[in-house]
Amino acid sequence: MVKTLYEKVWDSHIVAAPEGEAPLIYVDRHLVHEVTSPQAFSGLKVAGRKLRAPEKTFATMDHNTSTKSASLDALSPMARTQVETLAQNCKEFGVRLYDIHHKNQGIVHVMGPELGITLPGTVIVCGDSHTATHGAFGALAFGIGTSEVEHVMATQTLRQLKAKTMKIEVRGQVADGITAKDIVLAIIGKIGMDGGTGYVVEFCGEAISALSMEGRMTVCNMAIEMGAKAGMIAPDQTTIDYLEGREFAPKGEAWQQAVAAWKALKSDDDAVFDAHVVLEASDIAPQLTWGTNPGQVVAIDQCVPNPEDESNPTVKASIKKALDYVALTPGTQMTDVSINKVFIGSCTNSRIEDLRSAAHQAKGRKVAAGVTAIVVPGSGLVKEQAEAEGLDKIFIDAGFEWRLPGCSMCLAMNDDRLEAGDRCASTSNRNFEGRQGRGSCTHLVSPAMAAAAAIAGHFVDIRKPY
Amino acid sequence: MQPFTTHTGLAVIIDSANIDTDQIIPKQFLSKVTRDGFGVHLFHDWRYLDDAGDQPNPEFSLNQPRYRGASILLAKENFGCGSSREHAPWALADFGLRVIIAPSFADIFYGNAINNGLLPVRLTEAEVVQLMQEVEAEEGAQVSVDLQARTVTSPSGASFSFDIAPSASHNLLNGLDAIGISLGYGEAIAAYEAEIPSWRA
Repeated sequence: MVKTLYEKVWDSHIVAAPEGEAPLIYVDRHLVHEVTSPQAFSGLKVAGRKLRAPEKTFATMDHNTSTKSASLDALSPMARTQVETLAQNCKEFGVRLYDIHHKNQGIVHVMGPELGITLPGTVIVCGDSHTATHGAFGALAFGIGTSEVEHVMATQTLRQLKAKTMKIEVRGQVADGITAKDIVLAIIGKIGMDGGTGYVVEFCGEAISALSMEGRMTVCNMAIEMGAKAGMIAPDQTTIDYLEGREFAPKGEAWQQAVAAWKALKSDDDAVFDAHVVLEASDIAPQLTWGTNPGQVVAIDQCVPNPEDESNPTVKASIKKALDYVALTPGTQMTDVSINKVFIGSCTNSRIEDLRSAAHQAKGRKVAAGVTAIVVPGSGLVKEQAEAEGLDKIFIDAGFEWRLPGCSMCLAMNDDRLEAGDRCASTSNRNFEGRQGRGSCTHLVSPAMAAAAAIAGHFVDIRKPY
Repeated sequence: MQPFTTHTGLAVIIDSANIDTDQIIPKQFLSKVTRDGFGVHLFHDWRYLDDAGDQPNPEFSLNQPRYRGASILLAKENFGCGSSREHAPWALADFGLRVIIAPSFADIFYGNAINNGLLPVRLTEAEVVQLMQEVEAEEGAQVSVDLQARTVTSPSGASFSFDIAPSASHNLLNGLDAIGISLGYGEAIAAYEAEIPSWRA
C-alpha cells in the first residue's frame, strides 16, 4: 500500500486504536518550556501521577527570559516565579533542563534540532504551536495544549485523530536573494491563514530540497500560520549531514540503522494526497505582511491592498479591520512604509544562517536615525557561533543591539516590547494585533529584509541597490 | 472535567473572522502558574481601553449590558488561530462561556476547548449569520445546544445540526478524565516501547 511521509510516521506510532476512541499515538520526544508546563506538572502532582519518561523530556527557559541579563533579578516577579517553578518541577520529576545559565539554553525550537533531539521519523510535541518547526527533519511535530502536555507526561502518548494530507510543491529555483521566509510567506499568501486547517502539509519540490536545514525549519515553523496541524519535509542527505555527531543523535550502530531507516522515509511516488498546491519558485519576490495576520502578505514591489477589490464580505471586513489597525492607506507602495523598530530573532529566524544573512546587509552600514534594531540569537550555541564568526561585531558596529537568547519580541512576554504606534520589521511569525505590544504594528519579513529596513528606515527591495 | 450535555443561554456576538488566541488572552497574562482567574483578562485589549483593565470599552460587545451573563459566543471563521496557549479556553470558560459557535476553528484551539468542557460548534457561515441576526434582533434571545442530538436551536426555533468526532462527544458528555482512560492502556504502551528501534529509543 502506498503511503505519504505523514502516513508512514503516523502508522509507526500507533499504540492502540480502540473502536470509538481516538487512536493513541506514541510520543518520542517531549519539549517543555516555562509558560505552558506549570499547570501540567501541578495536574500530575494533584493526581499523584508519575512522569512516564523523563529521559524523553527536555526543558528549557525561553518565553519569559531577559535578553539583557542572564539573571533572575532581571525578570518581573511573575515571570521569575514561572521560571523558578519550571526549575523546581524539573528537579522533582528528573527532567533535563537548560536554564538561563546553561550554554544550551535557547528557544525550544532552536535548541531541539541543534542538540540532535529532533530526529526524522519521530513524533515530537511541545506546548507551543511552533513545534511544527521540527517537521523540517521529517518528524511529525505539532503544538499541544497544557492538558495534552499533562497527558504526554503521564502516558508518553497522545489521543489524536488522523489529519488529511496536503502536498505543497515549490517547483524550480528561487531567484537570488529569495529566502525560505519569502517562500513560506508566499505559500501562506496563496492558501490563506487557514488554508491548511485539518491537514498535515508536506513541503517538497526543487526549491525546498535546495534549502539548508535552517531554511527548512523556517518553512515548517510557519506551517501553523497556514493553520496546518504540522508541516513536514522528507529527510535527505542534507538532513543526515546536519544531524551526524550532534549530542543526542544516535551513535555507532544505532546511527547506521537510523540512516538506513531515514533513507526510506519519504512519500511513495504514487502516494495520494487529499490536496495539492503548486508554486513556481521563480515567481516569488521578497515578501512582507501588510496586515494583522500572516495571510495578509504582498511582495515588496506591490501596494497595500484595497478592500473594495474583494468580493467576499468576510474577507473584505477583515481587510478593513486590519487596515484600520495598521493605519495604512490602500494603494501605498510597501517600499514607502517607514518603520522605527526592527526585531531579528524568534524560532522562525534566529539561527546562524539567518544571522549571517542579516549581517550581510548590515556590514559597513548604519541603522537609520530614529530606528531601534535588536538581534536576538536563538540559543547560546547560535550566539557562540555568531560571535566566533564576528557577526556580533558587524551588528554592533552598524548600530544594532546584540542580545541574549530567547523568544523576546516575537511575543513580547519579557520586556522586549513595542510601544503603541511603533511599526516593526520583524523576522518572527505572527503579526496579530498587539502581538509585539498593544497598539503596535508588525510586518513579517526575512532577516535580510529586516536588516535592510533597519538601515533604510523603510522597507526596501533588497534585489536592488539601496 | 465538567460534563457537557445540553445548554441554553444568552449568546454574545463578536462578528470577526480569524480571532486569534493573542486576542483571546494576551501574553501579559500568561505568566501565571495556575489555571484559574483568566476570565477577567479575556479579550483584554479589545475589552478595556487601558492597560490596567479599569476602563471597559463600551463599544465591545462583551461590555454591553444586553449581553451580560452570556454563555454562548458567536464568531466568524477560523476562531482560535495562532498560539497553542490553553489559557485561551481557560479564559473563555472562566468568563462563563460554555459554547463557541463559528464556521471553523483552528485545530489546536478546538482540541484544547474540548479538553476543558468548552464545546466548539461548527455551523455553516449562513447558519452562523442567521444566528447572529436573530440574537441581535431580540434582546435576551436564548440559543440552545444539545450535544447528544448534535443540534443548535436558534431563538426563532430553527434547528441546525453539527458534526463532532464521536470520541470527543463521548468524553464531553461524560466529563471523562482522558489521562485516566489512557493510563488504562499501560500494557499496550509498555509493549510498544519494547519494540522501539534503538535509534529513536
